[in-house]
Amino acid sequence: MTVVIQETGNALLSVRQVAKSFTMHLRDGVILPVVNDVNFELFAGECVVLGGPSGVGKSSILRMVYGNYAIDSGEILIRDRTSGEARDLGAGDPRLVLDLRRDCIGYVSQFLRAVPRVSALDIVAEPLVSRGVDRAVAAEKAAGLLNRLHLPEALFDLPPATFSGGEKQRVNIARGFITDHPILLLDEPTASLDAANRDVVISMIQEKLDAGTAILGIFHDQPVRDAVATRTIDVSAFSARKAA
Amino acid sequence: MTSPILSVRDLERRYGDFIGCTDISFDVWPGEVVAIVGESGSGKTTLLNCISGRLERSSGSIQYHMRDGRFPDLADLSEAERRFLMRTDWGFVHQNPADGLRMRVSAGANVGERLMAIGDRHYGEIRDTATEWLGRVEIAGDRIDDKPVAFSGGMRQRLQIARNLVTRPRLIFMDEPTGGLDVSVQARVLDLLRGLVSDLGLAVVIVTHDLAVARLLSQRMIVMKNGRIVETGLTDRVLDDPHHPYTQLLVASILES
Repeated sequence: MTVVIQETGNALLSVRQVAKSFTMHLRDGVILPVVNDVNFELFAGECVVLGGPSGVGKSSILRMVYGNYAIDSGEILIRDRTSGEARDLGAGDPRLVLDLRRDCIGYVSQFLRAVPRVSALDIVAEPLVSRGVDRAVAAEKAAGLLNRLHLPEALFDLPPATFSGGEKQRVNIARGFITDHPILLLDEPTASLDAANRDVVISMIQEKLDAGTAILGIFHDQPVRDAVATRTIDVSAFSARKAA
Repeated sequence: MTSPILSVRDLERRYGDFIGCTDISFDVWPGEVVAIVGESGSGKTTLLNCISGRLERSSGSIQYHMRDGRFPDLADLSEAERRFLMRTDWGFVHQNPADGLRMRVSAGANVGERLMAIGDRHYGEIRDTATEWLGRVEIAGDRIDDKPVAFSGGMRQRLQIARNLVTRPRLIFMDEPTGGLDVSVQARVLDLLRGLVSDLGLAVVIVTHDLAVARLLSQRMIVMKNGRIVETGLTDRVLDDPHHPYTQLLVASILES
């Protein structure tokens, strides 16, 4: 039997020497360092948990990998699912980031950003529709996910602006899970869920992993973390604030 | 890969010694929405008027990808070609609907006029298409013979949108399309725009001072100050991780909801 050496060649995500800081121009240009020399890789079928105390830069790392935060230096290489090539999302080309988000990277944020007048069902279906899936097919899949997450059907056609925190979060989770993106980023997906729905999310995560999705996540919820984590990265090691 | 539908390089517009906008370079790609943001006097409307051929530039180039595959500078088009572009391939949505509508002819005629400009002559078909488009912008079919003067501000704006989209343009310019509307009406117009833009795969250049509008509609953002571009990038990146001092000031000035 040959031992598979996990080189960068088969990593879906490869973060190399990434540094990030914020320059606060409205505060006399004070520089707020966030992380330095971030290095890690993410492979198919594993769930890597970003660990460490609050404020250490976990969410910032997820946002950088999603292209939502720019990086100061380094590379964020994403394997393009169509060409198989590694593409540097960290370089910040907006069109590349949009392509990678459509095809390669899904993201469940902590809070749903509701769009006025758009129904919960359409919000969930949208990532599929934008990839050219028939609207009716996408809506059916969206309804299936929302049902699974116990969102009352009466809410499907309503915009989530008036939903409770837990209901909004379930819409957000369904939206993130509806595609078959090879990389999925999860920022405390179960934070505002009850135990029953938390268990649903755990099994949804496990199904993704079985299908080969690579997951990078933040889970403060210990039972969730124990159930899904295959590896933990201690973000304190990258924190730019520890030496300050 | 496809190529840009509009390509702007080193664009400058001066008013005597005063700089309207300068050192402007960017591309617009098919199917994307680019928001130009900045406060009053930042040059964003001057820029929009230059690239839409409504205002002469002082220097620089503006190339447009024609349907026949040519990629000429707008300045090299004949007057007839330029008019044809403006009437068919392009749309322009003004902040004040009265600037983009004919207020004393019926809603149906406002929409039908653009169709006639591209050669449609069959009255029944024009009326059917107009009715369909009024429906798409949520104006009841029985209002087709009413004049825009009898419409509310939100309805007028929706009618202006229908008038612009009926010829299936490829590129739409918008100048503060929700700027003159009540907040409750804004959401409806924005949602409508968002849906139509994505369904029709339109390229849009939208000028707005409202960052929430930019976030909702655009994929990319250009931030202007004193006639110059100070920051560009993916819309959510610019808003969530603004780099330029002026962008940081703009973002910090949004009220948290």
